[in-house]
Amino acid sequence: MTNTDASPAIVPNFDSEAGPGRKIAFICSKGSLDMAYPGLILANAALGEGVEVHMFFTFWGFDMINKKTMGDLKFTMLGNTATHMPQGMGGLPGMTAMATSKLKKSIADLDVPEVPEFLEQIVASGGHLWACRMSADMNKLTKEDLYDDVEGIISATDFIEITNGAQVIFI
Amino acid sequence: MPVTTLNGHEIHVNEEGFLTDPTEWDEELAAALGAQIGITLTDEHWNAIRFLRKDFAETGETPTLRRVSTVGGIPIKQLFVMFPQKPAKKMAYIAGLPKPVGCV
Repeated sequence: MTNTDASPAIVPNFDSEAGPGRKIAFICSKGSLDMAYPGLILANAALGEGVEVHMFFTFWGFDMINKKTMGDLKFTMLGNTATHMPQGMGGLPGMTAMATSKLKKSIADLDVPEVPEFLEQIVASGGHLWACRMSADMNKLTKEDLYDDVEGIISATDFIEITNGAQVIFI
Repeated sequence: MPVTTLNGHEIHVNEEGFLTDPTEWDEELAAALGAQIGITLTDEHWNAIRFLRKDFAETGETPTLRRVSTVGGIPIKQLFVMFPQKPAKKMAYIAGLPKPVGCV
């Protein structure tokens, strides 16, 4: 601290250590509000670090990109001991609605967007969204039913090809 | 904490090179910081940098990308074009502020 000899400029290294080409695939398989956010937040963070991001929505995760459900994901206390409330309460009428609106408020208070707007931000940041073929077929859904920026409905094999060399996070 | 000299400015920086004292910053220094990481500041860049400075002065925190977009009114897509790869960190560096700590 006492040494005030000016040394040459220290410049942050903004090129990621792994070099360009780091790639992360997020497999989103859950359709509850609380399980939608981990993937969204991590994908967004990865994009902010210059990492190529692919999100694959499968099974219940389809609710995150289904126009009918994406804005209306729910959170329930049932089966979730981390709420530290008596489990019986979770089954009372109206409890899921109440828990959902409380969680939505906590998320909004942190200026974290709702699911559709979050996906919009991820796409604006360069992220890629993919829908699972089997989930679409099971639910008889087509591209028109899905969030507009979903790039395609693809098979599991396609996804494995697209994410060649990627780190994979399954949620 | 290292002291470094840039364009005749003696500045205190952390081990990564981010300014640790935002008061040592001025717009002339910003241009030099931008040049260090290969960014020539245009009016659009200045718009973002000045928002960061103003917001930091008001809130005490470096705004996240989302905040620069929702409060500062600069679309995220454009931020990625102006400050490629790591816009939040690059903007903070040029604005002489700490890296943003918010997650979103």
